[in-house]
Amino acid sequence: MVIPDYKKYLAGERLPHIWCAGCGNGIILKALLIVLAELNFKSEEILLATGIGCASRAGDYISFQRFQGTHGRTLAFVTGLKIARPNLRVICLIGDGDCAAIGIGHLIHAARRNLDVAVLVANNLNYGMTGGQFSPLTPTKSLTSTSRAGKLGATLDICRLVEVAGANYVARTSVFYHGELRKFIREAISKTGFSLVEILTPCPTYYGRYNKIGGPGEMLIWFRDKTVPLNKYLQMNPEEQKEYFWRGKLVERDAPDFYTRCKNGGGPDD
Amino acid sequence: MTEEKNRVQFLSGNEACVWAGIHAKARFFAGYPISPATEIAEICAQELPKHGGFYIQMEDEIGSIAAVIGASLGGLRAFTATSGPGLALMQENIGYAAMAEVPCVIINVQRFGPSTGIATKPAQSDVMTTRWGTPGDHSLIVLAPSGGQECYDLTFAAFGLAELFRTPVIVLIDAVIAHLREKVTVKTEEKFFLINGDKRVLRVTGLVHDSFGYSSDEPEVTEKLITRLAQKIEGHQMLLPRPRFYGSERPEVLIISFGISARAARQAVYLAEQEDLAVSLLELKTLWPFPEEEIRKIGAKAKTVLVAELNRGQVQREVRACGISPEKVRGINKIDTTVITPSEILNEILTVIKND
Ligand code: SF4
Repeated sequence: MVIPDYKKYLAGERLPHIWCAGCGNGIILKALLIVLAELNFKSEEILLATGIGCASRAGDYISFQRFQGTHGRTLAFVTGLKIARPNLRVICLIGDGDCAAIGIGHLIHAARRNLDVAVLVANNLNYGMTGGQFSPLTPTKSLTSTSRAGKLGATLDICRLVEVAGANYVARTSVFYHGELRKFIREAISKTGFSLVEILTPCPTYYGRYNKIGGPGEMLIWFRDKTVPLNKYLQMNPEEQKEYFWRGKLVERDAPDFYTRCKNGGGPDD
Repeated sequence: MTEEKNRVQFLSGNEACVWAGIHAKARFFAGYPISPATEIAEICAQELPKHGGFYIQMEDEIGSIAAVIGASLGGLRAFTATSGPGLALMQENIGYAAMAEVPCVIINVQRFGPSTGIATKPAQSDVMTTRWGTPGDHSLIVLAPSGGQECYDLTFAAFGLAELFRTPVIVLIDAVIAHLREKVTVKTEEKFFLINGDKRVLRVTGLVHDSFGYSSDEPEVTEKLITRLAQKIEGHQMLLPRPRFYGSERPEVLIISFGISARAARQAVYLAEQEDLAVSLLELKTLWPFPEEEIRKIGAKAKTVLVAELNRGQVQREVRACGISPEKVRGINKIDTTVITPSEILNEILTVIKND
């Protein structure tokens, strides 16, 4: 593969970044920047909208437009921004706590409106920035700093949630599959309407350490072994399914997006 | 409003706020239904699309103010309206707008609180919430209309001030003014310059940031930012609506009031003047930053200062903090959901003067 010049999107002078050694956030950022270079966007055509958390610090390392909202609210800010600037290509990079806990209301409604935005969810299976607490996406039984005896609550599948809510494109993969990751990101950004890519990514500092998975390398292998293609996953029995993450494309469709509906309706909308 | 060309209209406070927004070229409203502010959303839903604008009903007030901030960053003049419980939900993002310097206008129609309180009854008890509801040292602008015309004029001004100072501006009205119908002269011909929405690279964050918009935790960068955010507003108060003064220059009794209570005070002072009493009234138009200088100057010449407000003394506390000797300052307060009447203020004036 010929890697296009993605470095023009990187604010090199801002490095080094704050992420731990072996963190997956750098892999996600690089995948995104490569896709932007492939699609050859001009700086003023794109905006990276982030929330609060480890992954959301990505905005500090890019040279193009960046918006960082408050914790959980990024998609609500973007709803207003996209009405004012319908042609701006907005990529939203948020963590699992940000989108599935505090911000889940906005996530559902952004998908329901079919807001034209590509949401990349960096799912590191815990709250990294605050020291490794469980999130709604943390697998049941996981050890975290707030579930020392194993998480009791159920795990949420946000991909299925936004599919039902009305998203045009939903996929999930892991940073282990870099080619697939770039493909999904490319498809999500190219899609008009709401698209979401859930990206399973290692947090060796907390999730990996608490759950004795090992260092960065072992975590990548763990994600390889823990993910199964969607069709294979669907053939498993429910007990078996609990041990795995499915990966692949869940839905791809072309329902009219929020702005188009709003314009055509010529009137108020929610 | 039936015929827009008519310059004189018969409008409720809520309606006047909407038309001020539309005439000030606001083209985006995001909101969530809440009494007693709902008519603002209803009229925006009807009228904004006719003026090339957008109405969006968000999932909650947190989302409403977030969408307003997003639209404003995208170059649309934007506003929202709410009441106490909704204002409470908006606070984090109001702080965001202050920190990230995003112009936006919030109309807060005060109702009786705390909590759900009484949704349809008036109060003036959000004075401190508007100022300090969001955490951290910051400054913002709060304007307090006392009737339909001022709802129009101050909301109109709010959009310009929000952009001039790059800050959230709160227009603080109450359930009575919101629903009181009065004659309002509108200015459909006014020229308005849009200063936001240019083509520069947008790099915005609520984290402490340097002048390029990149986050920073350097002590010098932090101190410079926080000082500038406060100073840019507090150092230019003469650009904000100044208090209105009526009556005697050396009063026996000075009334300080705002909003609906100032209307009663106006009548009370008029009645007192008929009795040849030296009484005057200072009506606050800008509540925050607090007009300390005017209050100190006029308050020093008064024998007694009475602060009339529908709360337990939020503005009274600030008046004392202006350096007026505390024994001179008293409150006329009501917290029973009814408004202060002119005769109640007049009785206070007469009691004060009789006891002197
Ligand atoms: S805490 Fe975890 S997610 Fe955060 S930077 Fe470190 S490894 Fe990455």
